[in-house]
Amino acid sequence: MAPLKSMDHYCSEQSRLVTMVHWTAEEKQLITSVWGKVNVEECGAEALARLLIVYPWTQRFFDAFGNLSSPTAIIGNPKVRAHGKKVLTSFGEAVKNLENLKTTYSKLSELHCEKLHVDPENFRLLGDILIIVLAAHFTKDFTPACQATWQKLVGVVAHALAYKYR
Amino acid sequence: METLSSAEGQVGDHQEDFGAETLERMFTAYPQTKTYFPHFDLHHGSAQIKAHGKKVVNALIEAVNHIDDISGALSKLSDLHAQKLRVDPVNFKLLGHCFLVVVAIHHPSVLTPEAHASLDKFLCAVGAVLTAKYR
Repeated sequence: MAPLKSMDHYCSEQSRLVTMVHWTAEEKQLITSVWGKVNVEECGAEALARLLIVYPWTQRFFDAFGNLSSPTAIIGNPKVRAHGKKVLTSFGEAVKNLENLKTTYSKLSELHCEKLHVDPENFRLLGDILIIVLAAHFTKDFTPACQATWQKLVGVVAHALAYKYR
Repeated sequence: METLSSAEGQVGDHQEDFGAETLERMFTAYPQTKTYFPHFDLHHGSAQIKAHGKKVVNALIEAVNHIDDISGALSKLSDLHAQKLRVDPVNFKLLGHCFLVVVAIHHPSVLTPEAHASLDKFLCAVGAVLTAKYR
């Protein structure tokens, strides 16, 4: 029984960490004002394509996507575009549920662990790629404070997605 | 290599600014990185940040100009980091990421996916060289 007890303790520690995230009014403003101007389909497609190009080992999860043989192939791949849109649409749920990320991503977390077998490090990689895509899109409007808030957000989302792993 | 040179070429004209902005973003997004600079004035526009930012970017340019022998080009810096500065290796990733953000902001058209991949790979290589003599 000892291993189960320590696992429960670990999970509840993780869950406390996730539910303990506090967002200031300024942070919420920075998040929603940026998100309001994001084209989810374009941005999602670009973020996923860049993930697969910049970190090619991440292609390991996408054998079913067909041609990923070059940056051009990846960028033009309709399955990449569609999946990128799906992923970023889901990210939108985080923006709408900043106080309740653990619950919001509970099922997705289980899915990524038990069915998709994705190393949570990949969530961090995608989060950083998203930041760079946002930076290129918003340029000077993506201030240091804005970046800091979004780094916090992608970090917390990655954490919530990893929360149900066991 | 071409994409790197072109990217670095754009950076070279504004090295002081890019370096300073990279550091400022790193200090803001990752406050733990400030622990390596207790002796600095870290306010926006600080002369020390400008000067240090210029040093950082100059080192990157040096590395690009000797891309086939980064460890040779940065040997002295590698010694410095191993013997004196001992910056935890995780922080080179954070600095590299912020540098990419700065390039994305000022030259979004330069940072094509291929250039992004090359630059990221290059920055990882630089970090690896600077921490190579740690143990």
